[in-house]
Amino acid sequence: MTNTNTILYLDGVSVSFDGFRAINNLSLVLDRGEMRAIIGPNGAGKTTMMDIITGKTRPDTGTVYFDGTHDLTRYDEADIAMLGIGRKFQKPTVFESHTVEDNIALSLKGPRTVLSTLLNRRSADDARRIDEILATIRLEERRDELACNLSHGQKQWLEIGMLLAQDPKLLLVDEPVAGMTDAETEETVRLLKDVAKRHSVIVVEHDMHFVRELGVKVTCLHEGSVLSEGSLDHVSQDPRVIEVYLGR
Amino acid sequence: MSSSLFGGGLDRRILGLLAILTSAAVLVPVLNLAVPPTSSFHIPTYAVALLGKYLCYAMLALSLDLVWGYCGILSLGHGAFFALGGYAMGMYLMRQIGTRGVYGHPVLPDFMVFLNWKELPWYWYGFDQFWFAALMVMLVPGLLAFAFGWLAFRSRVTGVYLSIITQAMTYALLLAFFRNDMGFGGNNGLTDFKDILGFSLQAPTTRAALFSISALMLAIAVIVTAVLVSSKYGKLMIAVRDAESRTRFLGWRPENIKLFAFTVSAVMAGIAGALYVPQVGIINPSEFAPANSIEIVIWTAVGGRGTILGPVIGAVAVNWGKSWFTAAIPELWLFALGGLFIAVTLLLPKGIVGTWDAWRAARRARRSAGKGTSQVEPPVAEGTTARTTRHSIEPQPAE
Ligand SMILES: Nc1ncnc2c1ncn2[C@@H]1O[C@H](COP(=O)(O)OP(=O)(O)OP(=O)(O)O)[C@@H](O)[C@H]1O
Ligand SMILES: [Mg+2]
Repeated sequence: MTNTNTILYLDGVSVSFDGFRAINNLSLVLDRGEMRAIIGPNGAGKTTMMDIITGKTRPDTGTVYFDGTHDLTRYDEADIAMLGIGRKFQKPTVFESHTVEDNIALSLKGPRTVLSTLLNRRSADDARRIDEILATIRLEERRDELACNLSHGQKQWLEIGMLLAQDPKLLLVDEPVAGMTDAETEETVRLLKDVAKRHSVIVVEHDMHFVRELGVKVTCLHEGSVLSEGSLDHVSQDPRVIEVYLGR
Repeated sequence: MSSSLFGGGLDRRILGLLAILTSAAVLVPVLNLAVPPTSSFHIPTYAVALLGKYLCYAMLALSLDLVWGYCGILSLGHGAFFALGGYAMGMYLMRQIGTRGVYGHPVLPDFMVFLNWKELPWYWYGFDQFWFAALMVMLVPGLLAFAFGWLAFRSRVTGVYLSIITQAMTYALLLAFFRNDMGFGGNNGLTDFKDILGFSLQAPTTRAALFSISALMLAIAVIVTAVLVSSKYGKLMIAVRDAESRTRFLGWRPENIKLFAFTVSAVMAGIAGALYVPQVGIINPSEFAPANSIEIVIWTAVGGRGTILGPVIGAVAVNWGKSWFTAAIPELWLFALGGLFIAVTLLLPKGIVGTWDAWRAARRARRSAGKGTSQVEPPVAEGTTARTTRHSIEPQPAE
């Protein structure tokens, strides 16, 4: 169906909520190994696009293909996660009453049946993988801490760590630096660049400074479709983009 | 951590509870049967039956806590599983009556003779065998919970809607069991039992033995629950409770996790009901009353949901209060129960055990801060009980 170098392919996707078109004839292609930044004003449809990719929302029309042949509109959330798509929510969502370490352990790639969880013994491999991820997200020191005691920024990292544990092919990261200090934002840039070496990534963010630091191709969404696409400089000089942002 | 028995599931407090239950299983019969009634240590037979009843309620509350406290499913119909287990046991006890009934019919229970039935309905077959009845005690509630949960969880019915349909389920069963033509004794239910496995139900020794068995079964239920909630499965239950959609997007299927918990819980409730019926001597449709299921929720909330000790303490304490109230000032009991629930919800949202845990954790944190440690250590949790109760159980919407 699609080019073997394409990890994600959306074409002519539309979805309406009670007559309101949240996504309108959206098309987007992501290459394998690519990191893409998505910008756009509030209500542009960025989160809804992720809902469609991850199976939470079914599109009214259009095609969504992942990793060659998988028609994502035919799967549900759990299936899509198992196909290899991980998602960080806009509002950081971790298992608050579990420790940092358990949050990662529950996300580790592996069988997802009830029986497997009843018989589970953590293997040495799992333990090593957990250590690696905790090091990557810089939370080794706090591994025994309950997740509810983490700062907002640390929760964002923990959630990214959970995605890494899942070992997906594609990561969808919704507003990772919202509510972060400048230093934390810098850390997150480093973290995502590191992640992008081995995964395809889509990052949604409002913070232009952060997007510039990422230094990747940018897609600007507006009213549910692509308004402009290219380098950040190209997009930010696009008169239609300027109008959308200034016109508000 | 004092113990790593069963993968760390049994912390010091749970071991304490198990010790109390097993010693009660021995001591109560001794104090009832061997100590003369003149001694102040003597426990009268009526008290043995009362205590046995409390233990059955404790097991029922524990089963509710498994789904509500740990998995976030507020079932308002758990009384139905308890009653079904009770009916299965009642059917066995009915068939043991044999020719000793008022009509002296060798096969048919009195109420069927009274209704002019000529033969035993097919679903009464096998209940003359104890092993068959014991199997049904678990199978009937388990299958109902499985079928109900399969439909409800797959359709993603959650929250208050789920609570309402569990309530509707028990109400529907209440109406069904009221009907004479259902063949379960209608309004009067099943009663006038004579003996169980050949032992007279009136004999103090039988009553003492039933108490001991209830205590031991509750101990087993505590172990099963503790092992379940401390396993990886237990952590997933809590994850589903706190952030269901997060688990879904990680590839888990919350519906399966809930379904397993719901089914295990229903089986546990069924066993509690089966132990209850021979001790109170009757099972009738009022056990399906929606209000009964709501009472179970209150016991669990009072003791502390999401803990293992909580529902046991809550069930015993509230029912003890109920026994006292209904003897002293019966007309005020419902007000007292309602008031208690409101008070607990407002003042002790974590229940007795949860509040105690939070208080101890805070004190420990203060003390370690007082010692000048730069970083406040997370209070070391004793097993999962303490750990899970410290954080509030309010579900968190994702995104
Ligand atoms: N389930 C839904 N039902 C009704 N309307 C919805 C639903 N989901 C999204 N919308 C609407 O669709 C539009 C796009 O929402 P979306 O959350 O995708 O925007 P966004 O680009 O992520 O915005 P933000 O930057 O504020 O996160 C909004 O107007 C929103 O109100
Ligand atoms: Mg959004």
